[in-house]
Amino acid sequence: MRRLLNGILPPVIVLIATIIIAEVLIRALGIAEYLLPRPTAVFKVFHEQYPDLLRSLWTTAEAALIGFGCSAVFGLLIALFLSTSRLVQRAFYPYTVFFQTVPVVAIAPLLVIWFDAGLKAVAICAFIVSVFPVIANSLAGLLSTEPALRDMFRLYGAGWWATMWKLKLPSALPNIVTGLRIAAGLAVIGTIVGEFVAGVLDVNPGLGIKVIEAKKYGQTDVVFAAVLTASLLGLLMLAAVNFLGWLLLRRWHASEQG
Amino acid sequence: MHESSSPGTLGSAAISLRGVSRIFDGGVEAVRAMDLDVAAGEFVALIGPSGCGKSTLLRIIAGLDRATCGTVAIAPAAPLAFVFQDAHLLPWRNVLRNVTLPLELAGMEKTRRIERAMTAIEQVGLADAIKRYPAQLSGGMRMRVSLARALVTDPGLLLLDEPFAALDEITRQQLDEQLRELWARRKMTVLFVTHSINEATFLADRAIVFTRRPARIVIDHRLDLPPKRMSVLRAEPTFARQTGILLEALQRGNT
Ligand SMILES: Nc1ncnc2c1ncn2[C@@H]1O[C@H](COP(=O)(O)OP(=O)(O)OP(=O)(O)O)[C@@H](O)[C@H]1O
Ligand SMILES: [Mg+2]
Repeated sequence: MRRLLNGILPPVIVLIATIIIAEVLIRALGIAEYLLPRPTAVFKVFHEQYPDLLRSLWTTAEAALIGFGCSAVFGLLIALFLSTSRLVQRAFYPYTVFFQTVPVVAIAPLLVIWFDAGLKAVAICAFIVSVFPVIANSLAGLLSTEPALRDMFRLYGAGWWATMWKLKLPSALPNIVTGLRIAAGLAVIGTIVGEFVAGVLDVNPGLGIKVIEAKKYGQTDVVFAAVLTASLLGLLMLAAVNFLGWLLLRRWHASEQG
Repeated sequence: MHESSSPGTLGSAAISLRGVSRIFDGGVEAVRAMDLDVAAGEFVALIGPSGCGKSTLLRIIAGLDRATCGTVAIAPAAPLAFVFQDAHLLPWRNVLRNVTLPLELAGMEKTRRIERAMTAIEQVGLADAIKRYPAQLSGGMRMRVSLARALVTDPGLLLLDEPFAALDEITRQQLDEQLRELWARRKMTVLFVTHSINEATFLADRAIVFTRRPARIVIDHRLDLPPKRMSVLRAEPTFARQTGILLEALQRGNT
Protein backbone atom coordinates (compact mmCIF):
# COMPACT_ATOMS: atom_id res chain seq x y z
CA MET A 1 0.00 0.00 0.00
CA ARG A 2 2.77 2.37 0.97
CA ARG A 3 4.70 1.47 -2.17
CA LEU A 4 1.57 2.02 -4.22
CA LEU A 5 1.13 5.45 -2.68
CA ASN A 6 4.78 6.28 -3.30
CA GLY A 7 4.27 5.32 -6.92
CA ILE A 8 1.07 7.26 -7.48
CA LEU A 9 1.57 10.38 -5.44
CA PRO A 10 4.44 12.08 -7.32
CA PRO A 11 2.82 11.97 -10.80
CA VAL A 12 -0.52 13.10 -9.35
CA ILE A 13 1.14 16.12 -7.77
CA VAL A 14 2.84 16.96 -11.07
CA LEU A 15 -0.52 16.65 -12.85
CA ILE A 16 -2.36 18.97 -10.46
CA ALA A 17 0.45 21.51 -10.54
CA THR A 18 0.49 21.48 -14.36
CA ILE A 19 -3.27 22.01 -14.52
CA ILE A 20 -3.17 24.95 -12.12
CA ILE A 21 -0.23 26.59 -13.90
CA ALA A 22 -1.90 26.13 -17.31
CA GLU A 23 -5.14 27.64 -16.04
CA VAL A 24 -3.38 30.64 -14.55
CA LEU A 25 -1.14 31.22 -17.57
CA ILE A 26 -3.92 30.94 -20.15
CA ARG A 27 -6.08 33.39 -18.19
CA ALA A 28 -3.22 35.80 -17.59
CA LEU A 29 -2.09 35.79 -21.23
CA GLY A 30 -5.63 35.92 -22.52
CA ILE A 31 -5.18 33.13 -25.07
CA ALA A 32 -8.25 32.58 -27.23
CA GLU A 33 -10.52 29.63 -26.40
CA TYR A 34 -10.33 28.11 -29.90
CA LEU A 35 -6.53 28.06 -29.76
CA LEU A 36 -5.96 26.67 -26.31
CA PRO A 37 -8.87 26.02 -23.98
CA ARG A 38 -8.45 26.52 -20.26
CA PRO A 39 -8.34 23.31 -18.20
CA THR A 40 -11.62 24.32 -16.55
CA ALA A 41 -13.24 24.56 -20.00
CA VAL A 42 -12.06 21.06 -20.77
CA PHE A 43 -13.42 19.88 -17.41
CA LYS A 44 -16.73 21.38 -18.34
CA VAL A 45 -16.79 19.30 -21.52
CA PHE A 46 -16.03 16.21 -19.49
CA HIS A 47 -18.80 17.11 -17.08
CA GLU A 48 -21.45 17.87 -19.67
CA GLN A 49 -20.65 15.36 -22.37
CA TYR A 50 -19.36 12.40 -20.46
CA PRO A 51 -22.03 9.97 -21.76
CA ASP A 52 -20.99 10.82 -25.32
CA LEU A 53 -17.31 10.60 -24.46
CA LEU A 54 -17.80 7.26 -22.74
CA ARG A 55 -19.56 5.87 -25.79
CA SER A 56 -16.72 7.08 -27.99
CA LEU A 57 -14.21 5.70 -25.55
CA TRP A 58 -15.88 2.31 -25.74
CA THR A 59 -15.88 2.30 -29.55
CA THR A 60 -12.18 3.15 -29.61
CA ALA A 61 -11.34 0.77 -26.79
CA GLU A 62 -13.01 -2.10 -28.61
CA ALA A 63 -10.88 -1.58 -31.72
CA ALA A 64 -7.72 -0.96 -29.70
CA LEU A 65 -8.24 -4.09 -27.61
CA ILE A 66 -8.94 -6.28 -30.63
CA GLY A 67 -5.86 -4.86 -32.38
CA PHE A 68 -3.72 -5.31 -29.29
CA GLY A 69 -5.03 -8.81 -28.67
CA CYS A 70 -4.19 -9.80 -32.25
CA SER A 71 -0.73 -8.27 -31.86
CA ALA A 72 -0.13 -10.25 -28.67
CA VAL A 73 -1.31 -13.55 -30.14
CA PHE A 74 0.05 -13.28 -33.68
CA GLY A 75 3.19 -11.41 -32.62
CA LEU A 76 4.08 -14.22 -30.24
CA LEU A 77 3.19 -16.91 -32.77
CA ILE A 78 5.28 -15.22 -35.44
CA ALA A 79 8.19 -14.93 -33.01
CA LEU A 80 7.85 -18.62 -32.11
CA PHE A 81 7.87 -19.50 -35.77
CA LEU A 82 10.92 -17.33 -36.46
CA SER A 83 12.78 -18.81 -33.49
CA THR A 84 12.56 -22.35 -34.88
CA SER A 85 15.58 -22.00 -37.14
CA ARG A 86 18.22 -19.62 -38.40
CA LEU A 87 17.10 -20.22 -41.96
CA VAL A 88 13.45 -19.43 -41.25
CA GLN A 89 14.57 -16.32 -39.45
CA ARG A 90 16.75 -15.14 -42.30
CA ALA A 91 14.00 -15.82 -44.81
CA PHE A 92 11.08 -14.18 -43.01
CA TYR A 93 12.33 -11.65 -40.48
CA PRO A 94 12.94 -8.86 -43.04
CA TYR A 95 9.26 -9.03 -44.01
CA THR A 96 8.03 -8.59 -40.46
CA VAL A 97 9.84 -5.27 -40.45
CA PHE A 98 7.20 -4.29 -43.00
CA PHE A 99 4.79 -3.83 -40.09
CA GLN A 100 7.18 -1.34 -38.59
CA THR A 101 7.73 0.69 -41.74
CA VAL A 102 4.38 0.71 -43.52
CA PRO A 103 2.68 4.11 -43.11
CA VAL A 104 -0.64 3.10 -41.63
CA VAL A 105 -2.38 6.26 -42.87
CA ALA A 106 -1.50 5.22 -46.39
CA ILE A 107 -2.64 1.65 -46.03
CA ALA A 108 -5.92 2.47 -44.25
CA PRO A 109 -7.75 3.44 -47.48
CA LEU A 110 -6.87 -0.01 -48.82
CA LEU A 111 -8.34 -1.56 -45.71
CA VAL A 112 -11.51 0.44 -46.30
CA ILE A 113 -11.70 -0.92 -49.84
CA TRP A 114 -11.27 -4.47 -48.60
CA PHE A 115 -13.25 -4.45 -45.37
CA ASP A 116 -15.38 -1.28 -45.52
CA ALA A 117 -14.97 1.48 -42.99
CA GLY A 118 -15.62 0.45 -39.40
CA LEU A 119 -14.40 -1.68 -36.54
CA LYS A 120 -12.62 -4.30 -38.62
CA ALA A 121 -10.53 -1.87 -40.66
CA VAL A 122 -9.71 0.24 -37.59
CA ALA A 123 -8.68 -2.80 -35.52
CA ILE A 124 -6.40 -3.93 -38.33
CA CYS A 125 -4.72 -0.51 -38.26
CA ALA A 126 -4.16 -0.94 -34.53
CA PHE A 127 -2.73 -4.39 -35.17
CA ILE A 128 -0.35 -3.24 -37.92
CA VAL A 129 1.03 -0.45 -35.77
CA SER A 130 1.49 -2.53 -32.63
CA VAL A 131 2.58 -5.99 -33.74
CA PHE A 132 6.23 -5.41 -34.56
CA PRO A 133 7.48 -4.63 -31.02
CA VAL A 134 5.86 -7.88 -29.86
CA ILE A 135 7.61 -9.86 -32.59
CA ALA A 136 11.00 -8.22 -32.11
CA ASN A 137 11.06 -8.42 -28.32
CA SER A 138 9.65 -11.94 -28.10
CA LEU A 139 12.11 -13.17 -30.69
CA ALA A 140 15.04 -11.59 -28.86
CA GLY A 141 13.86 -13.33 -25.68
CA LEU A 142 13.39 -16.70 -27.34
CA LEU A 143 16.85 -16.57 -28.89
CA SER A 144 18.72 -15.59 -25.74
CA THR A 145 18.05 -18.65 -23.62
CA GLU A 146 21.10 -19.37 -21.54
CA PRO A 147 23.28 -21.98 -23.30
CA ALA A 148 24.03 -23.86 -20.06
CA LEU A 149 20.32 -24.26 -19.38
CA ARG A 150 19.80 -25.53 -22.90
CA ASP A 151 22.63 -28.02 -22.31
CA MET A 152 20.94 -29.15 -19.14
CA PHE A 153 17.65 -29.73 -20.91
CA ARG A 154 19.46 -31.68 -23.60
CA LEU A 155 21.23 -33.74 -20.98
CA TYR A 156 17.93 -34.71 -19.40
CA GLY A 157 16.49 -35.67 -22.76
CA ALA A 158 13.96 -32.86 -23.08
CA GLY A 159 12.16 -32.81 -26.42
CA TRP A 160 11.39 -29.77 -28.56
CA TRP A 161 8.05 -29.15 -26.92
CA ALA A 162 9.31 -29.46 -23.33
CA THR A 163 12.27 -27.20 -24.11
CA MET A 164 9.97 -24.58 -25.59
CA TRP A 165 7.34 -24.76 -22.88
CA LYS A 166 9.51 -25.19 -19.80
CA LEU A 167 12.62 -23.27 -20.80
CA LYS A 168 12.50 -20.94 -23.78
CA LEU A 169 9.09 -19.43 -23.25
CA PRO A 170 9.47 -18.71 -19.53
CA SER A 171 12.95 -17.26 -19.98
CA ALA A 172 11.61 -15.03 -22.78
CA LEU A 173 8.75 -13.81 -20.60
CA PRO A 174 10.41 -10.55 -19.46
CA ASN A 175 11.05 -9.62 -23.11
CA ILE A 176 7.54 -10.60 -24.13
CA VAL A 177 6.08 -8.36 -21.42
CA THR A 178 8.28 -5.50 -22.63
CA GLY A 179 6.96 -6.02 -26.17
CA LEU A 180 3.37 -5.99 -24.93
CA ARG A 181 4.02 -2.84 -22.93
CA ILE A 182 5.14 -0.99 -26.05
CA ALA A 183 2.32 -2.50 -28.09
CA ALA A 184 -0.37 -1.34 -25.62
CA GLY A 185 0.37 2.34 -26.23
CA LEU A 186 0.89 1.88 -29.96
CA ALA A 187 -2.45 0.05 -30.34
CA VAL A 188 -4.32 3.14 -29.13
CA ILE A 189 -2.35 5.40 -31.46
CA GLY A 190 -3.02 3.01 -34.35
CA THR A 191 -6.71 3.01 -33.54
CA ILE A 192 -7.02 6.81 -33.52
CA VAL A 193 -5.11 7.11 -36.81
CA GLY A 194 -7.22 4.28 -38.22
CA GLU A 195 -10.39 6.09 -37.23
CA PHE A 196 -9.28 9.25 -39.03
CA VAL A 197 -9.34 7.30 -42.27
CA ALA A 198 -11.49 4.26 -41.71
CA GLY A 199 -13.79 5.25 -38.85
CA VAL A 200 -17.51 5.82 -39.30
CA LEU A 201 -19.59 8.69 -37.97
CA ASP A 202 -22.57 6.92 -36.42
CA VAL A 203 -24.23 7.16 -33.02
CA ASN A 204 -21.09 5.83 -31.37
CA PRO A 205 -18.21 7.56 -33.14
CA GLY A 206 -14.71 6.63 -31.98
CA LEU A 207 -12.50 9.21 -30.30
CA GLY A 208 -10.63 9.82 -33.57
CA ILE A 209 -13.89 10.72 -35.33
CA LYS A 210 -14.83 12.84 -32.36
CA VAL A 211 -11.59 14.81 -32.73
CA ILE A 212 -12.19 15.42 -36.44
CA GLU A 213 -15.81 16.47 -35.93
CA ALA A 214 -15.00 18.80 -33.06
CA LYS A 215 -12.19 20.37 -35.06
CA LYS A 216 -14.61 20.98 -37.93
CA TYR A 217 -16.79 23.10 -35.64
CA GLY A 218 -13.90 24.80 -33.85
CA GLN A 219 -14.63 23.07 -30.54
CA THR A 220 -11.04 22.92 -29.36
CA ASP A 221 -12.14 22.07 -25.83
CA VAL A 222 -13.89 18.94 -27.13
CA VAL A 223 -10.76 18.03 -29.11
CA PHE A 224 -8.79 18.25 -25.90
CA ALA A 225 -11.30 16.18 -24.00
CA ALA A 226 -11.23 13.46 -26.69
CA VAL A 227 -7.43 13.45 -26.84
CA LEU A 228 -7.18 13.19 -23.08
CA THR A 229 -9.68 10.34 -23.07
CA ALA A 230 -7.61 8.53 -25.68
CA SER A 231 -4.44 8.95 -23.59
CA LEU A 232 -6.36 7.66 -20.61
CA LEU A 233 -7.24 4.57 -22.61
CA GLY A 234 -3.57 4.03 -23.49
CA LEU A 235 -2.66 4.46 -19.85
CA LEU A 236 -5.24 1.94 -18.71
CA MET A 237 -4.05 -0.63 -21.22
CA LEU A 238 -0.45 -0.07 -20.19
CA ALA A 239 -1.44 -0.47 -16.54
CA ALA A 240 -3.17 -3.75 -17.37
CA VAL A 241 -0.04 -5.06 -19.10
CA ASN A 242 2.11 -3.91 -16.19
CA PHE A 243 -0.17 -5.75 -13.80
CA LEU A 244 0.07 -8.88 -15.91
CA GLY A 245 3.86 -8.55 -15.97
CA TRP A 246 3.93 -8.15 -12.23
CA LEU A 247 1.80 -11.25 -11.76
CA LEU A 248 4.05 -13.32 -13.99
CA LEU A 249 7.45 -12.02 -12.95
CA ARG A 250 7.21 -10.82 -9.36
CA ARG A 251 8.67 -13.98 -7.88
CA TRP A 252 11.74 -14.27 -9.97
CA HIS A 253 12.64 -11.39 -12.24
CA ALA A 254 14.73 -8.42 -11.14
CA SER A 255 12.50 -6.00 -13.07
CA GLU A 256 9.60 -6.67 -10.68
CA GLN A 257 11.52 -6.87 -7.43
CA GLY A 258 12.77 -4.34 -4.92
CA MET B 1 25.50 -44.17 -23.90
CA HIS B 2 25.78 -41.48 -26.52
CA GLU B 3 28.84 -42.58 -28.41
CA SER B 4 29.59 -46.19 -27.84
CA SER B 5 32.63 -47.71 -29.39
CA SER B 6 32.78 -51.37 -30.28
CA PRO B 7 31.62 -53.50 -27.36
CA GLY B 8 34.34 -54.98 -25.25
CA THR B 9 36.47 -51.83 -25.01
CA LEU B 10 34.55 -50.79 -21.92
CA GLY B 11 35.07 -53.89 -19.78
CA SER B 12 34.10 -53.15 -16.20
CA ALA B 13 34.93 -49.45 -16.55
CA ALA B 14 32.29 -46.74 -16.23
CA ILE B 15 34.12 -44.46 -18.63
CA SER B 16 36.70 -45.31 -21.21
CA LEU B 17 38.42 -42.74 -23.44
CA ARG B 18 40.80 -43.75 -26.19
CA GLY B 19 42.85 -41.21 -28.08
CA VAL B 20 40.32 -38.45 -27.51
CA SER B 21 41.23 -35.09 -29.02
CA ARG B 22 39.19 -31.95 -29.40
CA ILE B 23 40.16 -29.23 -31.82
CA PHE B 24 37.71 -26.34 -32.05
CA ASP B 25 36.90 -24.52 -35.26
CA GLY B 26 39.62 -21.93 -35.51
CA GLY B 27 42.30 -24.39 -34.47
CA VAL B 28 42.28 -24.21 -30.66
CA GLU B 29 43.31 -27.64 -29.46
CA ALA B 30 41.75 -28.23 -26.04
CA VAL B 31 42.36 -31.94 -25.48
CA ARG B 32 45.07 -34.08 -27.07
CA ALA B 33 45.15 -37.87 -27.43
CA MET B 34 43.58 -38.56 -24.05
CA ASP B 35 43.40 -42.12 -22.75
CA LEU B 36 41.42 -42.46 -19.56
CA ASP B 37 39.63 -45.29 -17.79
CA VAL B 38 37.45 -44.76 -14.78
CA ALA B 39 36.15 -47.77 -12.88
CA ALA B 40 32.55 -47.90 -11.73
CA GLY B 41 32.17 -46.36 -8.28
CA GLU B 42 35.41 -44.38 -8.38
CA PHE B 43 35.72 -40.80 -7.17
CA VAL B 44 38.14 -39.04 -9.52
CA ALA B 45 39.32 -35.46 -9.31
CA LEU B 46 40.56 -33.64 -12.39
CA ILE B 47 42.99 -30.77 -11.80
CA GLY B 48 44.64 -28.49 -14.30
CA PRO B 49 45.47 -24.89 -15.08
CA SER B 50 42.69 -22.55 -16.15
CA GLY B 51 41.76 -22.94 -19.79
CA CYS B 52 43.55 -26.27 -20.21
CA GLY B 53 40.50 -28.16 -21.45
CA LYS B 54 38.90 -29.68 -18.33
CA SER B 55 35.40 -28.41 -19.07
CA THR B 56 35.76 -29.52 -22.67
CA LEU B 57 36.69 -33.02 -21.55
CA LEU B 58 33.75 -33.17 -19.17
CA ARG B 59 31.36 -31.94 -21.85
CA ILE B 60 32.64 -34.62 -24.22
CA ILE B 61 32.04 -37.30 -21.60
CA ALA B 62 28.54 -35.91 -20.99
CA GLY B 63 27.79 -35.95 -24.71
CA LEU B 64 27.34 -32.18 -24.85
CA ASP B 65 30.34 -31.88 -27.17
CA ARG B 66 31.93 -34.29 -29.64
CA ALA B 67 35.51 -35.43 -29.74
CA THR B 68 37.29 -34.48 -32.95
CA CYS B 69 38.84 -37.94 -32.93
CA GLY B 70 39.08 -40.90 -30.61
CA THR B 71 36.39 -42.98 -28.94
CA VAL B 72 34.31 -42.30 -25.87
CA ALA B 73 32.53 -45.18 -24.15
CA ILE B 74 30.21 -44.70 -21.20
CA ALA B 75 28.60 -47.61 -19.33
CA PRO B 76 25.02 -47.67 -20.60
CA ALA B 77 23.62 -48.56 -17.18
CA ALA B 78 24.57 -45.20 -15.75
CA PRO B 79 22.14 -42.31 -15.99
CA LEU B 80 24.31 -39.26 -16.11
CA ALA B 81 24.06 -36.00 -14.18
CA PHE B 82 26.01 -32.79 -14.60
CA VAL B 83 26.64 -30.01 -12.11
CA PHE B 84 27.74 -26.83 -13.85
CA GLN B 85 30.18 -24.25 -12.59
CA ASP B 86 27.29 -21.91 -11.75
CA ALA B 87 24.13 -23.31 -10.22
CA HIS B 88 22.07 -22.62 -13.38
CA LEU B 89 18.67 -22.96 -11.76
CA LEU B 90 15.46 -21.93 -13.46
CA PRO B 91 14.68 -18.61 -11.74
CA TRP B 92 10.93 -18.97 -12.28
CA ARG B 93 10.76 -22.23 -10.36
CA ASN B 94 11.06 -22.65 -6.63
CA VAL B 95 13.58 -25.01 -5.07
CA LEU B 96 11.28 -28.02 -5.11
CA ARG B 97 10.26 -27.55 -8.72
CA ASN B 98 13.86 -26.99 -9.79
CA VAL B 99 14.80 -30.32 -8.27
CA THR B 100 11.85 -32.17 -9.77
CA LEU B 101 12.70 -30.87 -13.25
CA PRO B 102 14.84 -33.80 -14.48
CA LEU B 103 12.17 -36.27 -13.34
CA GLU B 104 9.48 -34.18 -14.96
CA LEU B 105 11.40 -34.23 -18.23
CA ALA B 106 11.75 -37.98 -17.89
CA GLY B 107 7.98 -38.21 -17.58
CA MET B 108 7.79 -39.45 -14.01
CA GLU B 109 4.42 -39.21 -12.30
CA LYS B 110 3.92 -36.21 -10.00
CA THR B 111 3.62 -37.65 -6.51
CA ARG B 112 6.60 -39.91 -7.08
CA ARG B 113 8.82 -37.17 -8.37
CA ILE B 114 7.98 -34.90 -5.46
CA GLU B 115 8.81 -37.71 -3.07
CA ARG B 116 12.15 -38.32 -4.78
CA ALA B 117 12.93 -34.61 -4.90
CA MET B 118 12.21 -34.20 -1.20
CA THR B 119 14.69 -36.96 -0.43
CA ALA B 120 17.38 -35.28 -2.54
CA ILE B 121 16.66 -31.88 -0.99
CA GLU B 122 16.94 -33.32 2.50
CA GLN B 123 20.27 -34.86 1.58
CA VAL B 124 21.71 -31.45 0.80
CA GLY B 125 20.11 -29.93 3.89
CA LEU B 126 17.58 -27.59 2.32
CA ALA B 127 14.32 -29.12 3.50
CA ASP B 128 13.06 -25.85 4.97
CA ALA B 129 13.68 -23.83 1.81
CA ILE B 130 11.68 -25.81 -0.76
CA LYS B 131 9.21 -22.98 -1.46
CA ARG B 132 11.87 -20.36 -2.01
CA TYR B 133 12.91 -19.02 -5.38
CA PRO B 134 16.55 -18.95 -6.53
CA ALA B 135 16.67 -15.16 -6.19
CA GLN B 136 15.99 -15.62 -2.47
CA LEU B 137 18.86 -18.05 -1.88
CA SER B 138 22.53 -17.52 -1.11
CA GLY B 139 25.15 -18.74 -3.58
CA GLY B 140 25.88 -21.77 -1.41
CA MET B 141 22.22 -22.69 -1.16
CA ARG B 142 21.81 -22.37 -4.91
CA MET B 143 24.74 -24.72 -5.43
CA ARG B 144 23.11 -27.20 -3.05
CA VAL B 145 19.91 -27.05 -5.06
CA SER B 146 21.95 -27.69 -8.18
CA LEU B 147 23.54 -30.68 -6.47
CA ALA B 148 20.12 -31.98 -5.38
CA ARG B 149 18.86 -31.61 -8.94
CA ALA B 150 21.76 -33.75 -10.12
CA LEU B 151 21.24 -36.37 -7.41
CA VAL B 152 17.50 -36.68 -7.87
CA THR B 153 17.84 -38.88 -10.94
CA ASP B 154 19.94 -41.31 -8.90
CA PRO B 155 22.83 -40.98 -11.35
CA GLY B 156 25.33 -43.74 -11.87
CA LEU B 157 27.76 -41.14 -13.16
CA LEU B 158 28.02 -37.66 -11.69
CA LEU B 159 30.07 -35.01 -13.46
CA LEU B 160 30.88 -31.82 -11.57
CA ASP B 161 32.63 -28.83 -13.16
CA GLU B 162 34.19 -26.68 -10.44
CA PRO B 163 30.88 -26.69 -8.61
CA PHE B 164 31.99 -24.94 -5.43
CA ALA B 165 34.64 -22.62 -6.87
CA ALA B 166 32.70 -19.43 -6.19
CA LEU B 167 31.93 -20.23 -2.56
CA ASP B 168 33.70 -19.24 0.62
CA GLU B 169 36.13 -21.70 2.20
CA ILE B 170 33.83 -22.86 5.02
CA THR B 171 30.79 -23.45 2.82
CA ARG B 172 32.99 -25.17 0.31
CA GLN B 173 34.44 -27.55 2.87
CA GLN B 174 30.95 -28.30 4.18
CA LEU B 175 29.73 -29.14 0.71
CA ASP B 176 32.86 -31.20 0.03
CA GLU B 177 32.16 -33.29 3.10
CA GLN B 178 28.51 -33.71 2.17
CA LEU B 179 29.42 -34.75 -1.34
CA ARG B 180 31.95 -37.28 -0.16
CA GLU B 181 29.38 -38.69 2.25
CA LEU B 182 26.71 -38.90 -0.45
CA TRP B 183 29.13 -40.66 -2.72
CA ALA B 184 29.97 -43.19 0.00
CA ARG B 185 26.28 -43.89 0.58
CA ARG B 186 25.23 -44.25 -3.04
CA LYS B 187 27.22 -46.30 -5.47
CA MET B 188 28.10 -43.79 -8.14
CA THR B 189 31.06 -42.80 -10.24
CA VAL B 190 32.13 -39.20 -9.72
CA LEU B 191 34.27 -36.97 -11.90
CA PHE B 192 35.07 -33.74 -10.14
CA VAL B 193 36.85 -30.86 -11.88
CA THR B 194 38.55 -28.37 -9.58
CA HIS B 195 41.32 -25.80 -9.41
CA SER B 196 41.99 -26.57 -5.81
CA ILE B 197 44.56 -29.22 -4.92
CA ASN B 198 43.23 -29.27 -1.38
CA GLU B 199 39.71 -29.96 -2.51
CA ALA B 200 40.86 -32.66 -4.93
CA THR B 201 42.90 -34.38 -2.25
CA PHE B 202 40.15 -34.27 0.32
CA LEU B 203 37.43 -35.53 -2.00
CA ALA B 204 38.87 -38.07 -4.34
CA ASP B 205 40.42 -41.51 -4.35
CA ARG B 206 42.26 -40.74 -7.49
CA ALA B 207 43.51 -37.42 -8.80
CA ILE B 208 44.46 -36.71 -12.38
CA VAL B 209 46.60 -33.66 -13.12
CA PHE B 210 46.51 -32.09 -16.57
CA THR B 211 49.07 -30.01 -18.43
CA ARG B 212 48.41 -26.63 -19.92
CA ARG B 213 46.30 -26.58 -23.07
CA PRO B 214 46.00 -28.93 -24.86
CA ALA B 215 45.21 -31.11 -21.86
CA ARG B 216 47.32 -34.21 -21.43
CA ILE B 217 47.80 -36.24 -18.28
CA VAL B 218 50.84 -35.36 -16.11
CA ILE B 219 50.09 -37.85 -13.38
CA ASP B 220 47.29 -40.19 -12.55
CA HIS B 221 47.68 -40.50 -8.81
CA ARG B 222 45.89 -42.81 -6.40
CA LEU B 223 45.54 -40.84 -3.18
CA ASP B 224 46.98 -42.67 -0.23
CA LEU B 225 44.38 -41.62 2.34
CA PRO B 226 41.76 -43.42 4.43
CA PRO B 227 38.41 -43.90 2.69
CA LYS B 228 36.53 -42.04 5.40
CA ARG B 229 37.37 -38.33 5.19
CA MET B 230 36.88 -36.02 8.15
CA SER B 231 37.75 -32.36 8.21
CA VAL B 232 40.64 -32.99 10.64
CA LEU B 233 42.34 -34.87 7.85
CA ARG B 234 43.21 -31.60 6.19
CA ALA B 235 45.67 -30.79 8.96
CA GLU B 236 47.49 -34.11 8.94
CA PRO B 237 50.95 -34.66 7.46
CA THR B 238 49.74 -37.52 5.25
CA PHE B 239 47.33 -35.05 3.64
CA ALA B 240 50.11 -32.52 3.07
CA ARG B 241 52.25 -35.21 1.48
CA GLN B 242 49.49 -35.97 -1.04
CA THR B 243 48.87 -32.33 -1.89
CA GLY B 244 52.64 -31.93 -2.32
CA ILE B 245 52.70 -34.63 -4.98
CA LEU B 246 49.84 -33.02 -6.87
CA LEU B 247 51.28 -29.53 -6.60
CA GLU B 248 54.60 -30.70 -7.95
CA ALA B 249 52.85 -32.39 -10.88
CA LEU B 250 50.78 -29.29 -11.57
CA GLN B 251 53.92 -27.17 -11.70
CA ARG B 252 55.64 -29.69 -13.93
CA GLY B 253 52.70 -29.67 -16.35
CA ASN B 254 52.57 -25.92 -16.42
CA THR B 255 56.11 -25.34 -17.66
N1 LIG C 1 33.26 -23.56 -28.14
C1 LIG C 1 34.57 -23.23 -28.18
N2 LIG C 1 35.12 -22.75 -29.31
C2 LIG C 1 36.42 -22.43 -29.37
N3 LIG C 1 37.28 -22.56 -28.34
C3 LIG C 1 36.80 -23.04 -27.19
C4 LIG C 1 35.42 -23.40 -27.04
N4 LIG C 1 35.23 -23.85 -25.78
C5 LIG C 1 36.43 -23.77 -25.17
N5 LIG C 1 37.38 -23.29 -26.01
C6 LIG C 1 38.79 -23.11 -25.71
O1 LIG C 1 39.31 -24.35 -25.30
C7 LIG C 1 40.21 -24.19 -24.23
C8 LIG C 1 39.80 -25.06 -23.07
O2 LIG C 1 38.57 -24.58 -22.54
P1 LIG C 1 37.91 -25.24 -21.27
O3 LIG C 1 36.67 -24.50 -21.01
O4 LIG C 1 37.81 -26.70 -21.48
O5 LIG C 1 38.99 -24.92 -20.16
P2 LIG C 1 38.97 -25.29 -18.60
O6 LIG C 1 40.10 -26.20 -18.35
O7 LIG C 1 37.64 -25.76 -18.21
O8 LIG C 1 39.27 -23.88 -17.94
P3 LIG C 1 38.73 -23.27 -16.57
O9 LIG C 1 39.47 -23.99 -15.51
O10 LIG C 1 39.14 -21.85 -16.63
O11 LIG C 1 37.26 -23.47 -16.54
C9 LIG C 1 40.23 -22.71 -23.90
O12 LIG C 1 41.38 -22.15 -24.47
C10 LIG C 1 39.01 -22.16 -24.56
O13 LIG C 1 39.23 -20.86 -25.02
MG1 LIG D 1 36.03 -24.93 -17.04
